[in-house]
Amino acid sequence: MKKSWWKILAVALLVYTIVAGLLWNNVPRLPQLQETIRNLYFHVCMWFAMMVLFTCSVVHAIKYLRNNNLRSDILSRQYAVTGIVFGVLGYATGAIWAAYTWADPNLDTSESFSAIAREPKLIGAAIALLIYGAYLVLRDSIQDLDKKARISAVYNVFAFAFLFPSIWIIPRLLPSLHPGGEGGEGGNPGLNYRDLAPTMRLVFYPAIIGWSLLGVWITTLKVRMTLIKEKNLLHEA
Amino acid sequence: MKHKCLSLLVLMLATLASFAQQPSATVEMADTFRSNGKIYVVVAVILTIFIGIVLYLVRLDRKVSRLEQETR
Repeated sequence: MKKSWWKILAVALLVYTIVAGLLWNNVPRLPQLQETIRNLYFHVCMWFAMMVLFTCSVVHAIKYLRNNNLRSDILSRQYAVTGIVFGVLGYATGAIWAAYTWADPNLDTSESFSAIAREPKLIGAAIALLIYGAYLVLRDSIQDLDKKARISAVYNVFAFAFLFPSIWIIPRLLPSLHPGGEGGEGGNPGLNYRDLAPTMRLVFYPAIIGWSLLGVWITTLKVRMTLIKEKNLLHEA
Repeated sequence: MKHKCLSLLVLMLATLASFAQQPSATVEMADTFRSNGKIYVVVAVILTIFIGIVLYLVRLDRKVSRLEQETR
């Protein structure tokens, strides 16, 4: 294993997250949310990890535009793919969570769903993920290697720039079921001390770091495998 | 008189404590699940799955390292 201390750190933090996140009696007793508030350590962390991975991806995309090294292109692509995986996991876990907390048991499933589907953060996240999905489609539709790398790097910068309005800015401006929407406390609900019980931070922040590091680990494996596969290509370049 | 005041104060504090507990007591949490210890079973299952996935990742990491050595 190459440079393994941060991989051990990631596993240690995640074991702590699972044990403390499920067992520690430090969560506020809130109606409706009840014990599901512990999903904060899992569902929300998927999105944080996705943001970290997409940020790595755009950094390598810009690096490619500066140095024209195909290695940066491979890194950029693999970070984006892992980011999409984490985003899809965030979406799936959010759907399960919403079904048991936001859904109105007095209404039909379809009516209840139509109320939840208006949630701006859901729509924003869907748009962001589709844009990143289009990144992969765009990449694989171009045959010429350098052209593929260049166009997808430029597109990556655009996709990253769109990520912020669609999942951070617009949902904050509209009424939202998520924390931090219009009429909320204002500011970032993850960092605002009034929106999150202080003791929950002791699990939440390590959880973010742990999940992000796990994402980076998976990406490095994929990058190393691709580098072995494309070895000849890189030497020619 | 002093004793009366003190007992009154204690009573008032007692009501305060009961008020403070009221909102939390009405919210239903998984208290039984915790008190009878079954929650540990769930934690053990999740940890086993997680450790299994991590061991798989470690093996994969080792395999990639070996491939890197061979192709160098």
